[in-house]
Amino acid sequence: MKSENIKIALVGNPNAGKSTLFNALTGLRQKTGNFPGVTVEKKSGTYNLKGSGNQLIREVTLVDLPGTYSIYPKSKDETVVMDILANPKHPDFPSVIIVVADASNLQRNLLLFTEINDLGIPAVLALNMLDVASSMNLTVNAVQLAMQLKVPVVRINARTGEGIVNLNDAVSQVLDQKFKPALTYFYEPTENEGKLIEEVKSYYHLDNDYVALQYVCQHDNFSFLEQPARVKLDGLIEKYGFDENHFLATETIARYEKIKPIVSKAVKSEGGIEPPYWTRKLDAILLHPFWGYVTFIFVLLVIFQAIFAWASYPMDLIDAGTAATIEWVKGILPEGVLNDLITDGILAGIGGIIIFIPQIAILFGLVAILEESGYMARVMVIMDKLMRKFGLNGRSVVPLISGVACAVPAIMTTRSISSRYERLITILVTPLMSCSARLPIFAILIALVVPSTKVFGILNMQGLVLLGLYFLGLVGALLSAWLLSLFLKRTEPSYFMLEVPTYKLPRWGHVGFTMYESVKSFVFEAGKIIMAISIILWVLASYGPGDKMEAAAAQAQQQMAQKPQEQIDAAIASARLENSYAGSFGRFIEPAIRPLGYDWKIGIALLASFAAREVFVGTMATIYSISGDTEDVLTVKQRLIQEKNPETGGPMYTPAVCYSLLIFYVFAMMCMSTIAVVYRETHGWKWPMIQLAYLTVLAYVSAFAVYQLMS
Amino acid sequence: MPVKTVSHLKKGEKGIIKSFSDKVMSLKLLEMGCLPGCEVRLDAIAPFGDPICINVGGNYCLSLRLNEASAIVIE
Repeated sequence: MKSENIKIALVGNPNAGKSTLFNALTGLRQKTGNFPGVTVEKKSGTYNLKGSGNQLIREVTLVDLPGTYSIYPKSKDETVVMDILANPKHPDFPSVIIVVADASNLQRNLLLFTEINDLGIPAVLALNMLDVASSMNLTVNAVQLAMQLKVPVVRINARTGEGIVNLNDAVSQVLDQKFKPALTYFYEPTENEGKLIEEVKSYYHLDNDYVALQYVCQHDNFSFLEQPARVKLDGLIEKYGFDENHFLATETIARYEKIKPIVSKAVKSEGGIEPPYWTRKLDAILLHPFWGYVTFIFVLLVIFQAIFAWASYPMDLIDAGTAATIEWVKGILPEGVLNDLITDGILAGIGGIIIFIPQIAILFGLVAILEESGYMARVMVIMDKLMRKFGLNGRSVVPLISGVACAVPAIMTTRSISSRYERLITILVTPLMSCSARLPIFAILIALVVPSTKVFGILNMQGLVLLGLYFLGLVGALLSAWLLSLFLKRTEPSYFMLEVPTYKLPRWGHVGFTMYESVKSFVFEAGKIIMAISIILWVLASYGPGDKMEAAAAQAQQQMAQKPQEQIDAAIASARLENSYAGSFGRFIEPAIRPLGYDWKIGIALLASFAAREVFVGTMATIYSISGDTEDVLTVKQRLIQEKNPETGGPMYTPAVCYSLLIFYVFAMMCMSTIAVVYRETHGWKWPMIQLAYLTVLAYVSAFAVYQLMS
Repeated sequence: MPVKTVSHLKKGEKGIIKSFSDKVMSLKLLEMGCLPGCEVRLDAIAPFGDPICINVGGNYCLSLRLNEASAIVIE
C-alpha cells in the first residue's frame, strides 16, 4: 500500500539512541533537508510500518526531530521541535510520536516523555539501551511502565534491531485507534494558570491545555504565529502576572514528583551503580591533566596525517581524471566559445569542487568516529576552560578542527553551541583555520622561496613553514575570538552542561553515512557557488571592453611572429587576459595592492580566488600563459621564478612578495561559499559583512607589515 | 558557614542536592536530571580545575562548569 502521507516523529534526549533508531527504521531510504522556513537540518525517511500480525505494509514518513532534554529549547536547533508539535498545520506535524528513552537513565528521559504526552499527540515509548541499564544492575519492567504511563511501551535495542517489530506493531495500533483515549495530564496547572489557559484556548481555538501553555511560554519561537498574535499573548502574560521562569521550574519539579514513583515501581536496582569498567579506566587517562592533552594532540596529528598524506592519493587521481576529461571534451567538441565555456568554465569548476571530496570525507569520517565513541565529549571537557578564555566554548573545538578541511561544513556544526554569543564568535573565527583550499597556494609559494633543507636532520624546512602557517591561522582564530568577545555584548549567560556518554564502539554504517552527508552538503552547498563564480570568472577573463582584446591579441601575434606556435598561443592568451574585464579589474585595484608588493597580475588571481582560494594556482597559470596542463604546479613554479619585476629588473617573486601573499591567504576570507553559509546561519548580511571586513583588514595589514619589513 | 555547593566537592566526594541558587540555571539543571534529593558524586576534574564531571543519581555523567556547579546547593 502506498504512503497515506502519514508522518511519524522521533523525539528523545541526546545520546538516547535516537539517530540509531532512525537509521534502523528507515535504512538508507532517508534524506536530509531543512525544516521549512528555518535553517535547521531535517532528517526524514521512508519507514515501512510492518507489524508481526498483519500483512499490511504501510509506508509512512519518519521525521527525526532534534535531540532535546525538554520541549523548552536551549539551542537554535531545539526550537524546531515545538514549532512543529504546537502547529497541527505544519507539514511535518506527526500523527504518532515515538519517544526514545535511555532506560539506564529513565527518570530524566521521562521528563521529555511526560511533556510530549501532555501535548495530546499519541505517543509510543521506545525503551532503548536496556543493555547499558542491565550492566548497571537495573531491570526495567516495561509492562508496569506502560500501565502507569497509559501508553504502549516497547523494549528495543536500536543497535541490533531487536524489538523493532514490536515497535512497528505498537505504532500501527496507535495509528489505527478509532477513539482517542482521554488525555491524563502529568502537569496540573494552578488556578491562575488555568484561567490564563482558558483565555488562550478560546482566543486561538485550541483544545489542549498544555499547548495553550506553550503558546504563552514559547510564542516568540513559533514561526506560525503572526506578530499581532504574539503581542496579544504578551498582553495576556501581563494580565495574569505570569512569571515564566518561576513556572518552568515549578512545572519541571512537579513533573519529576509524578515521575519518581512511576520509576521506582518500574525500575529495580540491585547493588551499587557504577559507570561501566572501560569508561572509568579510559576516563582516568583521557581526562588526565597531562595524558588527556597528550592523547588529544596525538589524535589531532592522526587527523592531520590523514587529511594531508592519505587524502593525497585519491586527490591525485581526481586531478588526473579532471585533466583527462577536459582534454577529451576539448577534443570531441567543435572549437569555439561553447567548447571553452564547457571545458575551462564548467568542467574546471567541477574539478575544483570534487578535488576536495577525499579530504572532507576523511575528516568528517574521523570526527564522526570521535563523536560516536564518546571521545569528543571528553575533548570538549578538557578544552572548555582554554576555549572560554577566548570567548569560545568547549563545543567550539569541533568546528575549529573541521575548519581545517573546509569552513562550510565546519560552520554548520556550530549549531550545537547553545549560547548564541559563543556560537557567533565561533562562526566568525572558524574561517581563520587554514582550510584545505589554501594548501595548493601555500605549497606553490613555499616551494618558491623556502629551501628544501633539513632542520635537525629530520624536519623539512618547507614542512616547518607550512606548519607555521597553520599555527598562525589557529593563533589568529583564538586572538580574534578574544578581541570579538571584548566588543560583542553578551546577551545571555554561557552554558557548558554536557552529558558525557559512556564509551561505545562506533557504528560504522553511521560513520559512513555522515561522510556521505558532509560530502553531499559540500558539493551542493559550496559547489553551486564555486561553479557559478567559475563561470562568471571565465566570462570576465574571456571578454573585454570594446575590441581591446582583439587588438592586443593581434599585436602579440605580430611581435611573436618568428617564435614557435606554442609560444605565440601563450603570448596571445596572456595579451587577451590583460585586456579582458578581469585584467582591467587587476589594473584597477593595482594601486591598492601595491603596498603589499603585488602587481595587477596577482590582482587578477586575488579576484579569481575570492570565489574559492584554490582557483589561485589555476589563474596564475593562465595569467603567465603556461601552455599545457595548467594544474602542474612545477610549471607554474618555473614560470614564477623567471618572472621579472619591470621596475627593479630583479625577480618579481621575491621572498617579501611571497611571504606577504602567504600571510594574506592565512587571514583573508577569500571564499564566497563561506560568506554564503554564514549568511544562512546568521540570518542576514550583517555578520558575514562584518566578518569579511575584519578579515580583509587583518589580512591587508599583516601582509603590508610583512612586505614592508622584508623588502 | 557559607552554603556548600557542588563546586566545593572533592574528587570522589558525594553530596545530596538541596536546592538551587540560580533560577535560570535551575531549570537547565532540573532538565538534566539534577533534582533536589538526588545524590551527586564528583568523578573527574578537567585540567585547570574546570569544568568538572559529576555522577548524577548514579545514572549518568554530567560535565559542568564550576559556576554552573556552584548553583547547586548540597548538604
